[in-house]
Amino acid sequence: MEKKIDLTLKVWRQRDRKAKGQFETYNVKGISTDSSFLEMLDVLNEQLINEGKEPVVFDHDCREGICGMCSLYINGHPHGPDSAITTCQLHMRKFNNGDTITIEPWRSAGFPVIRDLMVDRTAYDQIIAAGGYTSVNAGGAQDANAILIPKTDADEAMDSASCIGCGACVAACKNGSAMLFVSAKVSQLALLPQGRVEAARRARAMVAKMDELGFGNCTNTGACAAECPKSISLSNIARLNREFIKAKLQD
Amino acid sequence: MWLTNSSIGRKVVMSLSGLFLVLFLTFHMCMNLALVFSPDAYNAICGFLGANWYALVGTAVLAAGFIVHIIYAFWLTWQNRKARGNDRYAVTTRPKSVEWASQNMLVLGIIVILFLVLHMAQFWFKMQLNEIVPVSDANPHDGSYLVIETFKNPVMVVIYILWFAALWFHLTHGFWSALHTIGFNNNIWFNRWKVIGNVFATIICLGFAFVAVALYIQYGVLGWDVPQMPAVH
Ligand code: HEM
Ligand code: SF4
Ligand code: FES
Repeated sequence: MEKKIDLTLKVWRQRDRKAKGQFETYNVKGISTDSSFLEMLDVLNEQLINEGKEPVVFDHDCREGICGMCSLYINGHPHGPDSAITTCQLHMRKFNNGDTITIEPWRSAGFPVIRDLMVDRTAYDQIIAAGGYTSVNAGGAQDANAILIPKTDADEAMDSASCIGCGACVAACKNGSAMLFVSAKVSQLALLPQGRVEAARRARAMVAKMDELGFGNCTNTGACAAECPKSISLSNIARLNREFIKAKLQD
Repeated sequence: MWLTNSSIGRKVVMSLSGLFLVLFLTFHMCMNLALVFSPDAYNAICGFLGANWYALVGTAVLAAGFIVHIIYAFWLTWQNRKARGNDRYAVTTRPKSVEWASQNMLVLGIIVILFLVLHMAQFWFKMQLNEIVPVSDANPHDGSYLVIETFKNPVMVVIYILWFAALWFHLTHGFWSALHTIGFNNNIWFNRWKVIGNVFATIICLGFAFVAVALYIQYGVLGWDVPQMPAVH
């Protein structure tokens, strides 16, 4: 049943990368519990614009949990208190009338704030560009059964491939480590014969880029997997370690 | 060199040095058990580990293991704080699946070294070192006497148990994490390693604690005579 709730929002405001940010407190009234978290922020922004103030800047795109653009650290959780969903999939029915909600940007040296709640995640694009692909000859599509792949491998590769590159893993990590993301991207290809060919080169190049960009050393706390909206498994990190150590021992 | 200039390489060093220290602890705990049953047997083991070349090489390797582990611990933690950046979250939570120990490995490690300093002063200093250069009046060949005299005091027993507790927390995360770091893990082994690590950490720490408590009961409470070797000089 739809209900209307009133909320107090503590929102991080920061003019640009260099500026010192601070929390601003806003009240929003009559929010439908059927609306999504981002729709609630739309209501807030509408209200701010009508008051002649600057709207809050935040990232979003598909609003259906597939693009990886939305972010937000809500009450101590990347993508909010619910598990295995993105912020755009978070419903306001998860909150109660009168709640105070604290909304912060991803805070990590690798993801500097651009403005307010929007952070620069191009570091992830650079890691992908370093080797997160397969080199293939273009041409007609091959017959699907030309290379046989065990179902378990295909399933595991598919699970790894469900990473949307949102960066919640880095945001959740006390070490600012990008290992869950990088390990998912290495695994989705390392598990398949087409990706095996370049597996060693890929592991070396992606880890080198990740280190160069200043992400931390993974100490296996597991906060990343606990907060990941796609439930990417920690076993990917063990696989990345294996791939990387094997590659280095071959050198 | 990938063991210093890549994140996974540095973690491999952390993992292998940690596993080496775990092996050492296992041996140390087993040898301590002898003291509860036979002070003479314990002295015989200490005799092997006195000032002879293989024991000294062993001590040097062990010290190197500790030093590497500790240097990397501070180095990794410093890098990780830098990677996190200066802005801290106003609201933080710890997801249920995240072990408390995993987020406090450095603090636990520092507690372990502080007690280690006390431990070295109490025993290593008066035993192996004393045999090489006379630094104390204690008889370096009579380890049993030294250890029993220490644990007759209940305050020492409590202090050592606190130490073992810090070690227990360090190992419950450290054990499975070390295997994960060197890639020996997957979805099936994930929980198995955690259980094996918990059981192993518990056996090691209970073993150490058992010796301290048993000596206290035997000599502190029941008042057994403390066996002492006749002085040599
Ligand atoms: C008998 C003593 C010790 C044993 C058996 C031991 C064992 C271990 C093991 C097995 C790990 C897991 C490695 C990994 O995650 O790959 C570890 C991690 C760690 N240890 Fe120790 N350790 C000991 C003493 C110390 C000391 C004295 C410190 C000092 C400051 C320390 C600090 C750390 C830290 C910070 C980590 C986490 C680092 C990481 O995972 O990257 N440890 N330890
Ligand atoms: S691993 Fe999960 S949290 Fe990290 S980028 Fe991918 S989807 Fe986001
Ligand atoms: S906006 Fe696309 S995943 Fe949330």
